[in-house]
Amino acid sequence: MPNPTSQDSEEKTVGIDSFRTSTSSSASVIPLLQQIQNRYGYLSESNLERVSEYTHVPLSSIYGVATFYSQFRLSRPGKHLIRVCQGTACHVLGAGEIMAHFQEQLGIEENETTTDGLFTLESVRCLGCCSLAPAMMIDDETYGRLTRDTVDEILSSYREQEER
Amino acid sequence: MSHVSEIRVGLATCGIAAGAEPVYSAFEKELAASNASVKLKRVGCIGMCYNEPLVDVVYQDGKLSTYGHVRVEDVTRIVEKHAVGGQPIQDLLVATDGFFDKQVRIVLENCGLIDPESLDEYRAHAGYEALRIALTEMTPQQVIEKVTASGLRGRGGAGFPTGVKWGFAAREPGPEKYFICNGDEGDPGAFMDRSVLEGDPHRVLEGIAIGAYAIGAPHGYFYVRAEYPLAIKRLEKALADATTAGFIGENILGSDFSFEVKIKAGAGAFVCGEETALIASIEGRRGTPRRRPPYPAVSGLWEKPTNINNVETLANVPWIIRHKTEEFTRYGTEKSKGTKVFALAGKVNHSGLVEVPMGMPIKDIVFNIGGGIRDGKGFKAVQIGGPSGGCIPSSLADVPVDYESITETGAIMGSGGLIVLDEKTCMVDLARFFLDFIQKESCGKCTFCRIGTKRMLEILTRICDGEGTGDDLERLLELSEKVKTYSLCGLGQTAPNPVLTTAKYFREEYDAHIVDKTCPAHVCKALIHYEIGPERCKDCKLCTRDCPVQAISQGEGAFQVIDQKICIKCGRCYEVCPFGAIDVQ
Repeated sequence: MPNPTSQDSEEKTVGIDSFRTSTSSSASVIPLLQQIQNRYGYLSESNLERVSEYTHVPLSSIYGVATFYSQFRLSRPGKHLIRVCQGTACHVLGAGEIMAHFQEQLGIEENETTTDGLFTLESVRCLGCCSLAPAMMIDDETYGRLTRDTVDEILSSYREQEER
Repeated sequence: MSHVSEIRVGLATCGIAAGAEPVYSAFEKELAASNASVKLKRVGCIGMCYNEPLVDVVYQDGKLSTYGHVRVEDVTRIVEKHAVGGQPIQDLLVATDGFFDKQVRIVLENCGLIDPESLDEYRAHAGYEALRIALTEMTPQQVIEKVTASGLRGRGGAGFPTGVKWGFAAREPGPEKYFICNGDEGDPGAFMDRSVLEGDPHRVLEGIAIGAYAIGAPHGYFYVRAEYPLAIKRLEKALADATTAGFIGENILGSDFSFEVKIKAGAGAFVCGEETALIASIEGRRGTPRRRPPYPAVSGLWEKPTNINNVETLANVPWIIRHKTEEFTRYGTEKSKGTKVFALAGKVNHSGLVEVPMGMPIKDIVFNIGGGIRDGKGFKAVQIGGPSGGCIPSSLADVPVDYESITETGAIMGSGGLIVLDEKTCMVDLARFFLDFIQKESCGKCTFCRIGTKRMLEILTRICDGEGTGDDLERLLELSEKVKTYSLCGLGQTAPNPVLTTAKYFREEYDAHIVDKTCPAHVCKALIHYEIGPERCKDCKLCTRDCPVQAISQGEGAFQVIDQKICIKCGRCYEVCPFGAIDVQ
C-alpha cells in the first residue's frame, strides 16, 4: 500500500523489469500501473512514460487509463491514506458527518494532504463493510462503527506512533 | 455432554475490522497454554455481522455456541470455562434471534464453517466432487442441460438464465474461448461476492472450472475489485492450491479438459460491472462499454467467444451439479429458482449476510431475519439493487423477492444489496446520493448519461438545498426518461431508477422540499435548524462545550441559546444533550 518514505525522489523511475507482467502488451498496462502505485504511492509522469515505452501503448492512452480508474492517483499522497467509505449504508448512517469531522480535525478538504505530509483524505465508494457502517480504511486497516470520538482516538494513535 | 472440538473465529473483512485478529491471536496463545485438544480455525463470514467479532465454540457432535462482540480480555474465560471446562459463559453468548431460521444455505453452505485457506477442508465438504462428476460422468452438453433445468439465473442483477447463456458460448466454434468471473462488486451497499470469495474461494473456482468445461474454454479470468485485498489474497491461495492438486491446469482429473485461470484486480470503476466494459478493462483499456451485438458469447475478450458470470452465480454451480435438479428447484418461485444472498444493512438491527429462498417477502427479511428497525424507529423502505435499483416503500413490504416482482415495483433485484431505511432517511437526499454516484461513475460515452445525469444531480442538489422551483420535479422525470432511453449500457439505462422510485412512492417528500421548504426526515441541512427548549434546558453547557463553531451561548436566564447565524447544523449538540432539550425543526 502507499507508504512512500521521504527518501523517494520526486521522479524516481521504475525498472519495469522488476515488476510481474506476463506480456509487454496492452493487457499489462493496468497491472503495471497498479504495481508502480503500490510501490511509490502514485504514478509520476516519468513512470507513465516508461510504461508507454515498455508496452508500446501511446502515452495518451496510458494517461487515459490512469485518469479513468479511481484507484490511480497522479500526485504523491501523504504517509497515511485515509479513505472514508461513502457507500449507501454508510451514507444513511452518517458517513457525511464522519467526513466533515475528518476535514475539521485535519484542516483539509477531500483529496488533499495535510501540510505535515502525514495524512491524505479521500472518499471511497463502498468498502463492502456495510454491516459495520460507517466505515473507513487507513492504509490497509479497516475500521468500522465510527463515531466522532473513535475518529479522534484513531487519529491520535497515528500521531503518537509518529512522535515515537 | 459432548466435548468441545473446535473454535472458529470469523475472519472476513468485517470481522477483522471489528477486531477479530487480536482475538484469534489470544485464542492461539490461551489454547496452547491450556493443552486442550481443541482445534482453532479461521473461517469466513459467519453472517451475523452485527455481533462481530464472532466466535463459534463447536462440539464434537456439530452443535455450537456463538459468542459475539468478543474482546481479547474475554478469551481466557472462554478457553478455561468453556473449551476446557465445558461450561458456556452465558453472559457472553449471543442469541441467534431467528437469524438463521428462515435462511437456506446453498451459496453460503461452507461460509463461516470451513477454513477458506484450506483445500483439505473444502474437499472434506464435498469440494471438487461436482467437478469430478462433470468431467468424468457428464458431457459439456449435459452440464449445460442440468444448469438450464435448475432454472439458475444470473445473480449479478440482470437475471439471465445461466444455462442458456452457456449454450450461446458453447455453440461458437474454435478452441480459443474465455470464461470470466465477474467479482467487480461495485454497488455501494453490497458485500455478498466479497464474503463468498473470502469465505469459500474454492467453491467459486470449482464453479468457473465446471462452466469452462461446459462451454469449452481453456482460459479463465477472475476480475475482482481492488478494494477487496483479502478476497484477492484468498483466491490466489485457492488457485495455487487447486493447481497443485490438479483441479486446475492440464488434463484435469485425467480428462482431456485443460483450464488455466488468471486473477485481475479491478482499478475502481463501477461501469466495469458491465460485460463489455469489463472486457475492455482486462484488455488494458478504459472501461467503456460498446454496442452489442456482437455479444461477448460471439466476440468477447480478444474478440474470442467469452462467457461472463457473477461470483454468486458460479458459487451455485457445484451445488447444482452435486444434487438432483428438484432439490434446487424446490426453492424459489416459478420463474426464480433457488436462493438469493443479500447483504442486509442500514437501519436494521441484524445487519449481515443472509441467504433466503427466492420469493420470501421483503418484510420477512427485514423483520424475521433482520430483527426489525434500529432504535424502535418506523420502517420506511428498502433500497434494493444499488444505484441501478430503487426504493420499495414499507407499504409494499409483502412483495416477494424474485426477479419479476421486484422489477414490477420499478426497482431491480440487482446483485443483492438490501439497505433498510427508517423514518430518519430522507428519500430526496438518497436519490441525490445515487445520482452523485452515477454522475461520477458514468464513463462519458453517451451524452444523456454523461450530461443528463449531471443536470439531474444539479436539480436534486438544488431541491435538497431548499432552492427547488415549481417545475423541477417535472424536469427531473423528463430527464429520467431520456437518460433511460438514450444510454447504451445498463449503467445509464437504470441510472434514473432511484429518482423514479422515490418520486413514485415518496412524492410528498419532494413536494415538502420544493414547496414547503422543509425536510420531513430532518436530513437536508439547508432546510432544518436546531433550537434549545429553555424549559427543558438544565444549563449544563455540555452542548456549548462541544459546539465546534461556538454558536451556543448563555441565554437570558438559566439556559443556553443557539445563534442561527453561526450554527453549521452539524447536530452535535442534539447528540450530546442528556435531557433531550434540543429540537430539530
